[in-house]
Amino acid sequence: MSESIPIVNYLVLGDEPHLVSNECTNCKARFFDRRNACARCFGTDFNQVAVATTGELRSFTIVEFAAPGVEVPFVSAIIDCDGTSVNANIINTKPVPEHISLSMKVRLATYSMGTDAKGVEAIGFGFEPVQAA
Amino acid sequence: MSAQDEVWILGINMTKFGKHPERDVVDLGVEAIQAALKDAGVTMADIGVLAAGNLRGHGGIGQMLQKQVGQTGIPVYNVANACATGATALRTAVMAIKAGECDYGLAVGVEKLAGAGLLAGANRAEDNENWTPEGRFGAVVPVDGRIGTATMPGVFAQIGIEYGHKYGGVDFELFAKISEKNHSHSTLNPLAAYNKEMSLEQIMNDLMIAYPNTRPMCSANCDGAAAAVVVSGAKLKTLSREQQRRAVKISASILTTDPWEEACQVLPDVNTLTRNAAKTAYETAGVGPEDLDLVELHDCFATAELVHYDNLMLCEEGGAVDFFNSGATWRTGSMPVNVSGGLQSKGHPISATGIANIWEVCQHLRDECGDRQIEDAKVGLAHVIGLGSACGLHILERSAA
Ligand SMILES: [Zn+2]
Repeated sequence: MSESIPIVNYLVLGDEPHLVSNECTNCKARFFDRRNACARCFGTDFNQVAVATTGELRSFTIVEFAAPGVEVPFVSAIIDCDGTSVNANIINTKPVPEHISLSMKVRLATYSMGTDAKGVEAIGFGFEPVQAA
Repeated sequence: MSAQDEVWILGINMTKFGKHPERDVVDLGVEAIQAALKDAGVTMADIGVLAAGNLRGHGGIGQMLQKQVGQTGIPVYNVANACATGATALRTAVMAIKAGECDYGLAVGVEKLAGAGLLAGANRAEDNENWTPEGRFGAVVPVDGRIGTATMPGVFAQIGIEYGHKYGGVDFELFAKISEKNHSHSTLNPLAAYNKEMSLEQIMNDLMIAYPNTRPMCSANCDGAAAAVVVSGAKLKTLSREQQRRAVKISASILTTDPWEEACQVLPDVNTLTRNAAKTAYETAGVGPEDLDLVELHDCFATAELVHYDNLMLCEEGGAVDFFNSGATWRTGSMPVNVSGGLQSKGHPISATGIANIWEVCQHLRDECGDRQIEDAKVGLAHVIGLGSACGLHILERSAA
């Protein structure tokens, strides 16, 4: 049994953690979830492709009020990773408007979410500012 | 469209929106139905189809209502389309009439939502003893809050900020000003859940829910119902002068869903389906945005109202910020938007909303809107979005009779 497990199966761990998507072999539409068919062209063949680990902030919100058990505040963002849109938290910077700006450059970062009863460590991901804020 | 194919609203009603702790969904739905029937001058014996929506109950709202207003054996369609449920119910009744199945249809939407708190977003369960990938993403924990936000105020905040990234000119204060407008409008609406004027300062200093949306910039959860009686154009011609005079023509009844767009898997695209619906509606009705005297659009959050100015083509593409800043969308402006107070102040009992905003437009077109009447209103537009997504759009015209 491996010692670590990603938060979602589209996060690939290892020396260079990165996200992967299911890319339609016909129209190149990309999806993070398990697919039955392509929502764009109805094709059923997909390749797994790596998503760029750096990107640009296209939108964000700072969530101050969430469901019970969700730690707030946190920054949710839409990131353009070289043409593939990704939703992730912005981490390793203060969750205040002054530290988050549109078009800022961000990169993938991972963190430990703790270990389970068998000692397996779950790894989460977010994006952090490329320049220290 | 020949008179033969036309469908008209003959009667319509919305209940007071707000807290109704002593009444259940059936009580509220019955109130709206009976008032709509009375407004139309018909009874349940005339109605040939019923379409009904209620999202928070356990299904079968149509039959539950029939058992209180009249079990006549007509077909019932229980519909669900998130916040577009009411508009979907109305369109279902319209389609039955267009198909020639009956002359009269009834649509109703009802919700008990007071005190419901945040919609969507997972309650984080206790972490499993062992990490176990689940669902289509193979997630080992609920991802709301760890991989972005699933709650509506945050999702729609991102939608508004994204517009700013594309076109510029967007900040916290701009969105708060949109909310200031709608709260101001609601002071003239006795059926609104909240009728209080709110200053820009009050709005900006209120509880932050998801930046830049503070609490008064979010739709108000409340109880309420709305119902409409629709009639075929042919049948309307046989009715009284008064019924013909007060009837409101449905010049377009459009429902769209979100077509695939690159980013739609990570941020719902509420733009393309709204723009598609608007284009089709203007074509069908033979009117343009410049012909509209008022618009009720889906301001579930202040950040949403901005993007729909553009999506509904009320302004030029990319011009929503300047359009709002010009004062156009205030009730005194050239294109009054949400003179009811909108979802932020009138309230948003989700299944009722899609009929309630049509009621608002009808009141103006009938010249029966009292203190908040938009003078000489002839054409209006009502728009709703249900995330997931569905867009319901109706263009309504005053009777020439
Ligand atoms: Zn495809």
